[in-house]
Amino acid sequence: MALLDVNNLSISFGGLRAVDDFNISIEKGELYGLIGPNGAGKTTVFNLLTGVYKPNEGIIRLDGEDITRKSTIEINHCGIARTFQNIRLFKQMPVIDNVKVGLAEHYKYSTLEGILHLGKYKKVEKEMDEEAMRLLKVFDLDKERDTLASNLPYGKQRKLEIARAMATNPKLLLLDEPAAGMNPNETGELMDTIALVRKEFGMTILLIEHDMKLVSGICEKLTVLNFGRVLCQGETKEVLADPEVIKAYLGE
Amino acid sequence: MKINKITKNNLITYGIVVAAFVLFTVLASTGNLSSHMKGLLIPMTYYAVIAVALNLCVGILGELSIGHCGFMCIGAFTSAFFSKATAEILPSGIRFFLAFLIGIAFAALFGFLIGIPVLRLKGDYLAIVTLAFGEIIKNIINAFYIGIDKSGIHFSLKNAMELGLDEGGEVIVNGAMGITGTPHDSTFTIGIIVLLISLFVVLNLINSRDGRAIMAIRDNYIAAESTGINVTGYKMMAFTISAAIAGAAGVLFSHNITTLTATSQYFGYNASIMILVYVVLGGIGNIRGSVIAACILYLLPELLRGFSNYRMLIYSIVLIVMMIVNWSPKIIEWRKRTLGRFGFKKNSGKEIA
Repeated sequence: MALLDVNNLSISFGGLRAVDDFNISIEKGELYGLIGPNGAGKTTVFNLLTGVYKPNEGIIRLDGEDITRKSTIEINHCGIARTFQNIRLFKQMPVIDNVKVGLAEHYKYSTLEGILHLGKYKKVEKEMDEEAMRLLKVFDLDKERDTLASNLPYGKQRKLEIARAMATNPKLLLLDEPAAGMNPNETGELMDTIALVRKEFGMTILLIEHDMKLVSGICEKLTVLNFGRVLCQGETKEVLADPEVIKAYLGE
Repeated sequence: MKINKITKNNLITYGIVVAAFVLFTVLASTGNLSSHMKGLLIPMTYYAVIAVALNLCVGILGELSIGHCGFMCIGAFTSAFFSKATAEILPSGIRFFLAFLIGIAFAALFGFLIGIPVLRLKGDYLAIVTLAFGEIIKNIINAFYIGIDKSGIHFSLKNAMELGLDEGGEVIVNGAMGITGTPHDSTFTIGIIVLLISLFVVLNLINSRDGRAIMAIRDNYIAAESTGINVTGYKMMAFTISAAIAGAAGVLFSHNITTLTATSQYFGYNASIMILVYVVLGGIGNIRGSVIAACILYLLPELLRGFSNYRMLIYSIVLIVMMIVNWSPKIIEWRKRTLGRFGFKKNSGKEIA
């Protein structure tokens, strides 16, 4: 059974059918790409998957569990983590605290213990620190642990956002245009990071991207959206060779 | 190690408070403080406490509240009511302790209740609505008449006669005339202890799992939500704790004056703005700064009485200078350089605690 199974997903804003009869099925461990022209509804699909919007029709199943009507918070706890097109970090907080916010769901102590710094506080905080540092090391951010997130260079902010998403221990990672605004060097580095995430954590990834070098370089399967509808779906090579796709998106 | 750095920063904050306490106590006991100055010491502590409370709301949670004096008002009236009602029954120590619990509990309760509608709003709207709630609390309390006699508590919204008290009954809350004759239980020492406890609670909260969640909401609530943080829950929590600490300031307040009235001078819009000024000039999100700013800016107008007519002029100049010194990037840089030359090491211009 597929890890993520989406059937007949639709949403309308007023008279506009932003996503219409969207289907996707992602197997565990796959790296899946979602592409399409601007305004095709890619980010809307992400917002539907993460509960920001509630669909008019359709079912979303993660690992067999129906998560269609759940809130953003519940969906995160079920195992979907995401990054944003315009980076959204906790800017006034140090790098390590950004990751620790992500870890919070799995390392718990009561509010009272937190205020008094007693009981489980010391032990759990230490475990959190170690786990956060382990993650930061993977993303090569361990030297910046005390830097404010807003002071990181762009590429590292992207990495930190992925690290924070990984800290929530997801089953599925959604990346919304991770290479947006990056130069070719940074994009190359990002591709390495994504490959690393797959290798280290065996993560299933769904990503939106316009950078065709990145898409054709690392995605195993693709879905092409156009005007809210699926235009084409399948193996990356076949999809990119499809005349419809070339006409609608890539250009002849 | 980072843990040590945070602990060190917190210890410096506590140290400053204790040092100020020792300094003023020594000055007072050696007769170097005028009786006027001595009278300012307790207000100084409760304004520092409420500045800490407001900084939790404005700086850490990131929601601008300008109705915090309303919570102070609730803490003041509930605790004064209790103290006066039990003045003859309980010994002063226990009574004052219970008065604190009651004042804090009621302020927290109202913080929670008001937080439910208010925290759905953002930015300016939230500020306006908290302002309104602050005024509403003040005005409602002004309309209350509560008395006690042998048959129990009597309540009216019209006037003291309507209470229909038995002989020997006592009017405790007398409408706009407020509560008269609350026992003078507040002392400078207790004020400092309350300040230290509030600092302890807030600083520890900031460095815990919950505090990080609260600051994450401040920095980006959309990202916080998608990271699995219960945004509404943590907002309510921070707002309630902030209201509770404001309530504690109210308890100190009401047990320091003879006649407690819900006037604009103490609980109105201007008072809330004054506390916001302490927080902003001390540095938003900088708890230690709030304490220092509250102390200096509270004492300053009093110390400037010698300048008579120019008093408020000088006060406003000091406000402007403080704002520049605390916020201008160039000055912060210069300050760091200069301090560095004397062997102090500052890690970053904007500290968390």
